[in-house]
Amino acid sequence: MNLDHWLLVFILLSSFVTGLIIFFLKEEAHRLRTLLNLFGALLKVILVGVMIAGVQSNHVYESRLELLPGLDLVLRADAMSALFATLSSVLWLVTTLYAVGYLEGEPHRSRFFGFFSICVSATTGVALAGNLITFLIFYELLTLSTYPLVVHRGTEQSLRAGRTYLIYTLSGGALLLLATVWLHTLAGPLEFSLGGALAQVATQHRSELIAIFALLITGLGVKAALFPLHGWLPQAMVAPAPVSALLHAVAVVKAGAFGIVRVVYDLYGVHTAQDLGVLAPLAGVAAFTIIYGSVRALFQDDLKRRLAFSTVSQVSYIALGTALFGYLSTIGGLTHLVHQGIMKITLFFCAGIFAHTLGVHKVSEMTGLGLRMPWSMTAFTIAALGMIGVPPFAGFISKWYIGLGAVSSDSYWAVVVLAASSALNAAYFLPILHAAWFKQRQDPWPADHAHGAGEGHWMLLAPPLATAALVVAVGVLANAPFSPLDWVRYITEIEYGK
Amino acid sequence: MTLWNTAPWLVWCIVLPLSAGILTFLFRRAAPWIGIASALGSAIAVAGLAAQVMHSGPLRYSVGGWGVPLGIDLRADGLSVLMLVMSAVIAVAVSVYAACYFSDTDAADKHAAQAHQRAYFWPLWMFLLAGLNGLFLAADIFHLYVTLELLGFAAVSLAALAGKRAAVVAAMRYLLVSLSGSLFFLFGVAILYAAYATVDLTALAGKVQPGPLAWSALALMAAGLLIKGAVFPLHFWLPPAHANAPTPVSALLSALVVKASFYILLRLWFELFSAVVTPATATFLGLLGAGAILWGSAQALHQPRLKLLVAYSTVAQLGYLMLVFPLTQNAGSALTAWSACVYFVLAHACAKTAMFLAAGNIAHAAGHDRIADLDGITQALPLSVAAFALAGISLIGLPPSGGFIAKWMLLQAAIGSGEWGWATLILAGSLLAVAYVLRVLWHAFTQVEVARPLHRVPRTMEWSALALSLLAVLLGLMAARPVELLRTGAPASIHAPGQT
Repeated sequence: MNLDHWLLVFILLSSFVTGLIIFFLKEEAHRLRTLLNLFGALLKVILVGVMIAGVQSNHVYESRLELLPGLDLVLRADAMSALFATLSSVLWLVTTLYAVGYLEGEPHRSRFFGFFSICVSATTGVALAGNLITFLIFYELLTLSTYPLVVHRGTEQSLRAGRTYLIYTLSGGALLLLATVWLHTLAGPLEFSLGGALAQVATQHRSELIAIFALLITGLGVKAALFPLHGWLPQAMVAPAPVSALLHAVAVVKAGAFGIVRVVYDLYGVHTAQDLGVLAPLAGVAAFTIIYGSVRALFQDDLKRRLAFSTVSQVSYIALGTALFGYLSTIGGLTHLVHQGIMKITLFFCAGIFAHTLGVHKVSEMTGLGLRMPWSMTAFTIAALGMIGVPPFAGFISKWYIGLGAVSSDSYWAVVVLAASSALNAAYFLPILHAAWFKQRQDPWPADHAHGAGEGHWMLLAPPLATAALVVAVGVLANAPFSPLDWVRYITEIEYGK
Repeated sequence: MTLWNTAPWLVWCIVLPLSAGILTFLFRRAAPWIGIASALGSAIAVAGLAAQVMHSGPLRYSVGGWGVPLGIDLRADGLSVLMLVMSAVIAVAVSVYAACYFSDTDAADKHAAQAHQRAYFWPLWMFLLAGLNGLFLAADIFHLYVTLELLGFAAVSLAALAGKRAAVVAAMRYLLVSLSGSLFFLFGVAILYAAYATVDLTALAGKVQPGPLAWSALALMAAGLLIKGAVFPLHFWLPPAHANAPTPVSALLSALVVKASFYILLRLWFELFSAVVTPATATFLGLLGAGAILWGSAQALHQPRLKLLVAYSTVAQLGYLMLVFPLTQNAGSALTAWSACVYFVLAHACAKTAMFLAAGNIAHAAGHDRIADLDGITQALPLSVAAFALAGISLIGLPPSGGFIAKWMLLQAAIGSGEWGWATLILAGSLLAVAYVLRVLWHAFTQVEVARPLHRVPRTMEWSALALSLLAVLLGLMAARPVELLRTGAPASIHAPGQT
């Protein structure tokens, strides 16, 4: 048995098999379930580490299964998939810990953690997909495995949100399928390769490729929450906090954004895409979404909804960085894929703690929270400052590069968008920070489960502290080897053939 | 291994269930065991046959050595082997399920009719399997007629088995439909025999010329098959007949019996009448399919009862099969469209059986199958609900299921030949399927205290549904082999010039 062939399969199975076993565990088997969860998550991180080491030393990991003549299911590790696989596996580990603490004592935990694990397998599959059809398969699997998580509470409201979610994502999936089949009939196997593989086809089928690009981006834009396809995201906020964290930072929204990146760089190739003239409209939509999401976030009193609209805005940075044709903006966009994930997951972890421990759901209820829960609020503050783009935190690095890219490609309007959005980010985050740290609280907390002291279970508190530390680390140590920025530079150099 | 390679497996595929039919009638107590053994036996025979066909191409076997024109010939190519594999897999699963279903003591106490059902189910089911296998192996149109008739009678009697008023009324209607369908078919056979003095498919294919004679024969036979195959708008008899039958019977009728008519239609269209058919007729059949997809799905969206919903979903899914006719018009994508439809048949058979079995389990546990009152069913039957959901994934056509691969090929054929209308229809049908499957799964996640005590459902019944639904999902990952096999003996009209 050759490890090179099987490593990627093992990476997928490490969480998939775990999920299947968990389904059949008894509800009371709390310890065993937690053990399995953490074992699967750790194993995945280790295997992904092995993979990265291999990719660095130019090892080729590939697994293939023939679906139909001329149609293969391909898993392949390249620099880009390593980036996303690392992000999802590391953040899954912390989210698992958090979810175990968060759902303590709630019903249907076996179902929850079963789908939770399968959801992460699907995300890893999205990361490792070596061609468009494989990407599509895992992308749809992701939709299916997240639906039970969104409706987990089983209330009327969450069922409704789940229905909206499915209508949006499956319609998007149908468009994606149509585009994939169409492209397949024109161009064959659709393997992802750095630099793209459609330059030849583009000379003959120009208008078809433009139409297909539009279909692909629409299909992916649903998950990436591009305006006007973002409607499901704020509704899906009824899901438990760990699910929101996963949806926003690791799995669903990221899968959409990652898909856009893949399509532009590794399927069409950035030069071909620029040549077809499809990048400018994408940049336009992304820029509008950035502003739109920020403005909507400003008016949300529900904390999780505010964070949701913030995601709508922030994820479009990735699309914007991708669509601005240029070396530096590419670096910015791809780095933001990682940085946004780390920051947003921290924010959702904290929002979950506030709701879980004190019953605080609304922004207006957060007055004085800093004194009551200093650790959680510190993590929240770091992530929020990062989101605004304050140096030296993570968000600054990625915004800086997108801005540099905009300037170097003479897209000054994008700089204006960035500045405006940062101002809006400040406008919806700073009042929260101010109220939480500097205002004195008069009223009692809505529902104080910790009885006046403490910040909740350590399993709830450790994950946001860890990710907040990461927010600082990837910003301060951005130039260190193996930092996200460093890795992204490596990818981008190959992409632009430098 | 010469025995394995040379044994007349085609004959065993028919003889085993036929003799089991008689044995189960004589030895009623042992009937379930005989039934399961015969299903397993025919599965082995099918495996042997598949190995032969894969190894040495299409087979022809003269029963008793008489040969054309006196004796009965059997033949097997890629298409018939795949159909036989499908019926073998479903047969094993449904037999295991039925053994449990008809001997569940809990239910037997309540219905005096139960013993009677148990006594007649096994012989009828074995005859049905024999008829089905015979039909897939038939080499001449008269033999096709005979097996179709045998199949029809067995199916009607099984549909009436529940003995309740609604079931008997539905079965009566089914009987009339089935008889008139066979009659149409027989007229067509008679015309062809009178004109060309042979009933052998291959011999006829070389002789049939376009003309009023061939047209009327085609029209009669096709009409008969469309009625029996419940193709929109001739589907009216299907939902009540399928929904009111005992669960294993519903599964068999929906998964296998309607496919037999489609199989014959494929044989006629692409072999016998390939010189006669016109693009206009193909489009007409495709439009019937479109009607079936839209109407069947719309009806499924409104059914108050679970089994009716599943039955209407069959009406809709059968519509996709009709798309094979317009989509094979373009020579470049004919093989893809042909493979797509056959694979669709396989995927649908697994998914629909699983779905009916799961629906039956749910109805059995809850004592009713009103969709609106299914809250909390997941707590009682997690495996069956999972089976329903997985089967739904395949019916919708989501990856990696068999339904997905079939729809992928359909879309590929449609887009490859520039038929955007059909492509849109395929996608719209999928979204409609999402809507009706979700109507049921909506209740899977609601949180309620289960008020009424639920009947216990035997584990075997849950697992046989789940196993089939898993197979329906995994079918997507093992399509390469069957699609390759399908080229063995594929009709000449499918193989386009320049295609391998």
